[in-house]
Amino acid sequence: MLKVLKPGFYSTIQDLGRFGYRSMGVPVSGGMDALAVRKANLLLENQPNDAVMEITMTGPTLLFETPTYICLTGAEMAATLNNEPIKNHNVVQVKAGDILSYGKLESGFRSYLAVKGGFLTEEVLGSRSQYFPVTSVKKLSEGNEVSYFETKRYDALISDPKLENHFGTNFLEVEKGPEFMILGDAQLAELFAQEFTVSEKNNRMAYQISEKIVGHEHNIITSGTLPGTVQLTPGGKLLILMKDGQTTGGYPRILQLTEASICTLAQKRAGDTVQFKLV
Amino acid sequence: MAILLQWPQEVSELILEDILAFVEVLKTHDRSEWEHVASYNSVTLISKSKFDFEQEKTLLLEGYSKRKKQQNKTERHCWELPVCYDSEFALDLPMVCEKAGLSEEEVIQLHTSEDYLVYGMGFLPGFLYLGGLPTSLEIPRLENPRLEVSPGAVGLAGKQTGIYPQNSPGGWNIIGNCPIPLFNAKLEPPCFVKVGDKIRFHAITKAEHKLRKIESEVGIYNLSKTVIDA
Repeated sequence: MLKVLKPGFYSTIQDLGRFGYRSMGVPVSGGMDALAVRKANLLLENQPNDAVMEITMTGPTLLFETPTYICLTGAEMAATLNNEPIKNHNVVQVKAGDILSYGKLESGFRSYLAVKGGFLTEEVLGSRSQYFPVTSVKKLSEGNEVSYFETKRYDALISDPKLENHFGTNFLEVEKGPEFMILGDAQLAELFAQEFTVSEKNNRMAYQISEKIVGHEHNIITSGTLPGTVQLTPGGKLLILMKDGQTTGGYPRILQLTEASICTLAQKRAGDTVQFKLV
Repeated sequence: MAILLQWPQEVSELILEDILAFVEVLKTHDRSEWEHVASYNSVTLISKSKFDFEQEKTLLLEGYSKRKKQQNKTERHCWELPVCYDSEFALDLPMVCEKAGLSEEEVIQLHTSEDYLVYGMGFLPGFLYLGGLPTSLEIPRLENPRLEVSPGAVGLAGKQTGIYPQNSPGGWNIIGNCPIPLFNAKLEPPCFVKVGDKIRFHAITKAEHKLRKIESEVGIYNLSKTVIDA
């Protein structure tokens, strides 16, 4: 078990998502940067869908009460174990009483913490991903306890892997969305020629883009949306749906981010720039 | 990865029935990897893993040709849901009356006189997109959306009426409250209503609202439903 001494800005437990309930309006949820989740679980030889902690912008302070091994991936947040720096992608032994804390955000926006065997929070509708009110908890708060299996001895598969982070780029690879054809020459030129800024309004549901493009008067009948769907509002605002995003929507779906680009965007924060690239 | 299938751009019960019959055929295939999100005139097929599009296309076309011969149809239901239109809940009812030029009794009578078709579910878990609102109840959404709408709030907006399943911001005109939760993650399935079902509201008093709420919390509320003959 670990105890949350400080929760950080927004920390949740996530696996790869909740599948099978989108027809009832339940978002898929799951780690925003699924590549980082997979990497952390792979390095610990966990199951791909084991639950990890997703840590946004500022990290928590965590007291481990049970021995285990941990691995950090995603954003770099100057993590320390008992004040000793630990590096991303390394498997690190943790003893009872050890304290993991985080410092300054150095790169990316979301960091992941995996423990050997995964976190064992409540499983609801086939997933441990925290999404309120499907799960009773929205995010971790001070004093919360999160359980996991004890591991006293484990030899890591790779001792000091040299892995590059995958989110250094600001290109977002996109495919044409179902309503791509409503775009005129002016809108196409704007979309693919300029850089866009991530707005302050960004969270697990959606990322808004600060700059507007030329608007439109196309209405669509409410229809399915996915993580990575780029919607264009009549006023020209661009909304990119993310993992907790609604399952249906009524704005034209002009672009669709690839799975890898959803991970890239999940590591961007307000003020960062992105550029769409059609694949 | 996903495939979007679209029917003509119109809101029609016949189109929705055609889509649902097709989804029934798809469910007889081994499709545990797939989710089917039907909404108005489209269905989005979402796969957890990669697939071969050409191969899927052939399967889907074969499935579509069989939709009319499909035997095992899931029963569709019309659910009767209680709504309390008391002023404690009906925050915008006076304004709705003014805009519609109707009395409160007339608004309630009209709102409870239709079987509303569930064209889709989305926006929030358990949120139903209902069609069939009487035209005299078409009221534009609020100019300034509320930051918080209570769970169970029943609203009107344009051609739509619906129930907020949980606390959320919202721009609909609130005219009542339904004490029966539409989504409960502890139940399987978590939502008793399906796309293609219908909803009929009936008016209840404040005291009955309280009672039904308690009954549904302890799990003894008996939902009233009838089978729809397709």
